Amino acid sequence: MVMSSRADEARPVGHRDDAGAGRPARKSPRATGVRNVRAHTYPYWFYAPAGIVYGLIFLVPTVISFYFAFTRWTLFESEFIGLDNFRQFFSEQALVSGLRNTLVYAVVTSGLKVVLGMLLAVLLTGPIRSRGLMRSVIFFPVLVSTVAVGITFSVLLQPDVGVVSTVLAKLGITAPDWLGDPATALLSVALVDVWKGVGLATLIYIAGILAIPRDYYEAVDVDGGGAWTKFRNVTVPLSRPATFTVILLSLIGGLRSFDLIWTMTGGGPGFSSDVIASIIYKTYQAGFFGLSTAGNVVLFILVTLIVYPLSRYFNSREVES
Amino acid sequence: MKISRSRLTIATVAAFALVPLAACSSSSDSSGSSGGKTEITLLTDNAETTVKPAKAVIAAFEKANPTITVKTETRPGGSDGDNLVKTKLSTGDMSDVFWYNSGSLLQALSPEKTLVDLTNDPALKDTDPSFLPAVTQNGKVYGAPWGTAMGGGILYNKDVYSQLGLSVPKTWAEFESNSDKIKAAGITPVLGTLKDTFTSQLYVLGDFHNVAASNPKWADDYTANKVKYATDPVALKGFQKAAEPKQKGWLNSSAGSLTFAQGIKQLAQGKAAQYPMLTFPISTLAPADAAKIGFFGIPGDDASTNGATIWEPGGQYIPKTSKNIDAAKKFVAFVASVAGTDAFSSAVPPTGPYLVKGSTLPDNAPPVATDMQAYIDSKTSTPALEFLSPVKGPSLEQIMVAVMTGQTAPQDGAAQYDSDVTKQAKQLGLPGW
Repeated sequence: MVMSSRADEARPVGHRDDAGAGRPARKSPRATGVRNVRAHTYPYWFYAPAGIVYGLIFLVPTVISFYFAFTRWTLFESEFIGLDNFRQFFSEQALVSGLRNTLVYAVVTSGLKVVLGMLLAVLLTGPIRSRGLMRSVIFFPVLVSTVAVGITFSVLLQPDVGVVSTVLAKLGITAPDWLGDPATALLSVALVDVWKGVGLATLIYIAGILAIPRDYYEAVDVDGGGAWTKFRNVTVPLSRPATFTVILLSLIGGLRSFDLIWTMTGGGPGFSSDVIASIIYKTYQAGFFGLSTAGNVVLFILVTLIVYPLSRYFNSREVES
Repeated sequence: MKISRSRLTIATVAAFALVPLAACSSSSDSSGSSGGKTEITLLTDNAETTVKPAKAVIAAFEKANPTITVKTETRPGGSDGDNLVKTKLSTGDMSDVFWYNSGSLLQALSPEKTLVDLTNDPALKDTDPSFLPAVTQNGKVYGAPWGTAMGGGILYNKDVYSQLGLSVPKTWAEFESNSDKIKAAGITPVLGTLKDTFTSQLYVLGDFHNVAASNPKWADDYTANKVKYATDPVALKGFQKAAEPKQKGWLNSSAGSLTFAQGIKQLAQGKAAQYPMLTFPISTLAPADAAKIGFFGIPGDDASTNGATIWEPGGQYIPKTSKNIDAAKKFVAFVASVAGTDAFSSAVPPTGPYLVKGSTLPDNAPPVATDMQAYIDSKTSTPALEFLSPVKGPSLEQIMVAVMTGQTAPQDGAAQYDSDVTKQAKQLGLPGW
């Protein structure tokens, strides 16, 4: 949402060198009001195929899942048990620590992606050699399968034999058992998540920074301001839409994160890196299908409660700025 | 131009994405009879110790039954595998024969609805009757054994034991003093491999012989919700034993991220001396390494009731949805016969006895197998709780990891497990919960 409204503005400015020629031609057809035309674009039968797909594989399962959340379900048969599943899910002993871990994970990854993404974007929009190559290199981890990243890093982070520990040992530092120590497991996974996801944040920031008109920087130069002033008073405030996008995307990603945690620690050691999604997955694994469906309903509500107001807030700020 | 090219790319990508789907559907149609030959499918777990012997057994079977071919499919082990088996059964997509656990995990498959009843079937004629309780529900037998029985207790490095002049402990106190001596010698006394979380459960599950020795009716009482781990002082000992290695500094510092495959190698190399585990990983070792490792049951308080907990072999089952039940039964009967177990042993050395009439351990069987046979022969072995009661909580492994790493006190861990178990009992609809 936030992205698209900004992208319209960003595109003509993005390629600064040839922006002048393209601008009027592109802008005019959009301005004639796409919104009004949209309602009558197609006859109803044209919507049918997509509508059926949407109904069958999105709408119906969602509604059914709300029913199964109230049953004891073995896949072979189900028995209606009222709110028992929700009562059980909320008394799950790992749930409290799981909720805390979920929030910690979401906030840490989201925060680091904002800070690092912004700094890297400033670097990669600067006058450096082979900028295109550098931009692709930082984006590579985004393209790699999360499971592959998880398995690779659990090998790299092994104590005694892993590359990270070996290198640190050469420097005279005794590395902790990153993933095997309850105190460091969750944060280690979060850092790997940042490494994997920061490329996307950087990309969004690059688009945001390139959309800032050069005039503002020239104005700072005229006023005699230095690099810090430019960053603090021009780049940071004017790339705010990009910041909102990064926070929103990475927060949603962090709240429902599962694959990386599952491949690297399985929620362990013990329950020390369990998040909501892994708790739900384990109840599903155990064959408590009704209970895990109830857990998913809870997760759905939780993500909605956090992200919906946030998205509303960011959108309203967007209009102001 | 640019647009049309990118559309082409999308179309190509979409086409490629569909190819595997098409391939899937056509390959699953090809099962059944073709040209006078019947093809059946076999689903096993993907551990090397299963896949290799499965190949050997199939080769021997196809030689003896030229009209039947067997195609194998694999699935992950652990809870992921449990889930896959349940899903395949409920969608009618199960292979003609599948190798799976016996005991409590079988009970969760609703066998009366999903599996072919093999009670008094000729397919079980060579099966040792002692195996049948593990695959029986409501008086009906659903499976034949595959592979060997396993011991669950402590694997130890015999070289380290003889160098330090130690003898196999008969009581937990002797185990403690052994461990202190091993530590003093600069060797890791107790190995933990908590990256593979299931290995953490051995302290509790392997201790069951001692629980049953103090109360022979414990398993029945447990199913009826009359005894609990947290309130039964003997049963609670398993949780306390799990916490001790960390408290006393016996546990390896890398326990949190070691896998059992790495652990068993460290044990064979003599870097660690004792490893609470099942006996099956021994078959992954080279024969020279396997010869260094012995087995003893987790010791209790009383030397006179010393013994070991054993795990029954897994079961072979035929789903009701199979279209080739006769051919499937022939294969099941072959695996659970002397010819089948000989083929099995030719691929991996047995790490315990086969429960098949007339089958004996080969001369080159590793020490763990003979150590286990000794417990069975002297009648000092008890089947693990999961073969006597359907009640097993899914989170025992995580709870035990938390206890072993000192995050949870043993008493709290036992209480957590008791409430974890309640979920399973309710899901199974057991009376008294």
